[in-house]
Amino acid sequence: MENIPTTADIVKEENLVYKKTKVLTDNILSYCPGCGHGTAHRIIAEVIEEMGIQDKTIGIAPVGCSVLAYNFFDIDMQQAAHGRAPALATAIKRLLPDKFVFTYQGDGDLAAIGTAETIHACNRGDNFTIIFINNGIYGMTGGQMAPTTLPGMKSSTSPYGRDTQTMGNPLKITELVAQLPGTCYVTRQAVHTPGNVRKAKKALRLAFEYQGKNMGLSFVEIVSNCNSGWKMTPRNANEWMEDNMFPFYPLGDIKTPAKLEL
Amino acid sequence: MKKELRLMKGNEAVAEAAIRAGADGYFGYPITPQSEVLEYLMAEKPYERTGMVVLQAESEIAAINMVYGAAGCGKMAITSSSSPGISLKQEGISYMAGAELPGVILNVVRGGPGLGTIQPSQADYFQAVKGGGHGDYRMLVLAPASVQEMADFTLLGFELAFKYRNPVMILSDGALGQMMEKVELPEPVPCRTEEEIRQQCPWATLGKPANMERNIITSLNLESLKQEQHNLKLQAKYAQMEREEVRYEEIMCEDAEYLLVAFGSSARICQKTLRMAREKGIKAGLLRPITLYPFPQKPLFELARRVKGILVVEMNAGQMIEDVKLAVCGKIKTEHFGRFGGVIPSPSEVLQALEQKIIGG
Repeated sequence: MENIPTTADIVKEENLVYKKTKVLTDNILSYCPGCGHGTAHRIIAEVIEEMGIQDKTIGIAPVGCSVLAYNFFDIDMQQAAHGRAPALATAIKRLLPDKFVFTYQGDGDLAAIGTAETIHACNRGDNFTIIFINNGIYGMTGGQMAPTTLPGMKSSTSPYGRDTQTMGNPLKITELVAQLPGTCYVTRQAVHTPGNVRKAKKALRLAFEYQGKNMGLSFVEIVSNCNSGWKMTPRNANEWMEDNMFPFYPLGDIKTPAKLEL
Repeated sequence: MKKELRLMKGNEAVAEAAIRAGADGYFGYPITPQSEVLEYLMAEKPYERTGMVVLQAESEIAAINMVYGAAGCGKMAITSSSSPGISLKQEGISYMAGAELPGVILNVVRGGPGLGTIQPSQADYFQAVKGGGHGDYRMLVLAPASVQEMADFTLLGFELAFKYRNPVMILSDGALGQMMEKVELPEPVPCRTEEEIRQQCPWATLGKPANMERNIITSLNLESLKQEQHNLKLQAKYAQMEREEVRYEEIMCEDAEYLLVAFGSSARICQKTLRMAREKGIKAGLLRPITLYPFPQKPLFELARRVKGILVVEMNAGQMIEDVKLAVCGKIKTEHFGRFGGVIPSPSEVLQALEQKIIGG
């Protein structure tokens, strides 16, 4: 029995192909198994580590499932009132122009209660990064209809499906902010497959690089699932997302700067 | 630049005082009768003088949240508005109190409720002193009665906000904001460097140095027992304010038989009333609370033992009188006289009320 190798025997520095970024803390994630938030957190943290900006990055957590994001990123963070993250970020970046500032917001936070703060920060071209997690539902409060809930989609406040006649249509706020001259880079990504994770990470890297070059507001939407709120298994939720969310919220760059000088 | 004498509006005095205090940021939204604060700052270009950032926000809600973000970085930030706009800021003020963030909020009060009027009023006393936003919190409330105090309390406001890590409100009104008076402006101090802020505010989110713990600014506690501990910590802070920060002025109180209690513009009017009363042989005095929270309870209690009656004069339907009654514990007759809706009482009206409600009543 004494010949059984220990983890330390097997896992040697030269054999490591992957390890957890030091920009994530060891706190246990509060997200449901199968949710995309954890993956989104990881690639943001990896980008911060790879760019070497951990000591000068300030993040803003929203209200919603990711309200506790500050428990998971090992950086200085502020928690904003519901929807107000872009207002905080505007002031922080203007007062500390040499820092990297990002907000992390869900669809209810960014596209309902915080619409004004979102649109105006984008329109002013304030030089920070908005990371927008769109899962088409209010997850934290128990699966209510969000501004991005699809037509016909059931939620606890649209139990018979979203009726666009009385409840309005889903808001494509990402396309909307792409119209504004203040945004330099607007893209829509996903994190449900390894390929999408790689693309999303590249997009986040670009967003932070553009911020470093003072090019204006960079906006990264990540279409994600909410298997708990959608009342599906994680796998079914991802398939449902591909079949229903992606046709309405197509992935890819919506706006890129004229010249890529990186 | 050194100390300087100028003739200014109260709103302008706050703006200039903020620059000279070394404030890092002003965030505001236009509303009458306080728009001169933003206008003055935009014209003055303080970013060229001291590096101070001035931004016209998309709403009062955004403006107070900009103050929150700035304060979370240990920066000195100020916003101003008038009554309807201050209502919009209440969410942010509550979050600042919860997250223990320093900041100065100027309310140039106008008549309400609703859109009300644009003329001076003191109808926001309850909102400022008793809460306004949600949750068990207090805000230090300073009540200037002159353009000089508009400037002075801007500096004092920052000092107290950082001493207690708590929002401070300057509760003025449309008269104080709009009227011009001589004001002595303080010698300017530069904005603090990042190093100085890190020293003074070790809690600030300025970017986490490699060898240090991260800083988190939040008002959230998911566990009720932790939230209760946080509430107890806040209450201890408010108790310290009540012990150390009570400010008030007594005018002609030594031999007073009748006492007027008034703050801000009402106190200015009452000073004239005092002279008129004394000419008629009525020994009247005035207690002017300068801090509305913490309220000068003890001096009022002491005076209540010596005078025959108290008239509380306010430009509202009777708000501070509740705190006066609490302080005097029903010992003596306490009545209210107020004009409201933007109407300013005249000194003779106040004297008449004193004679009818207190002396003759």
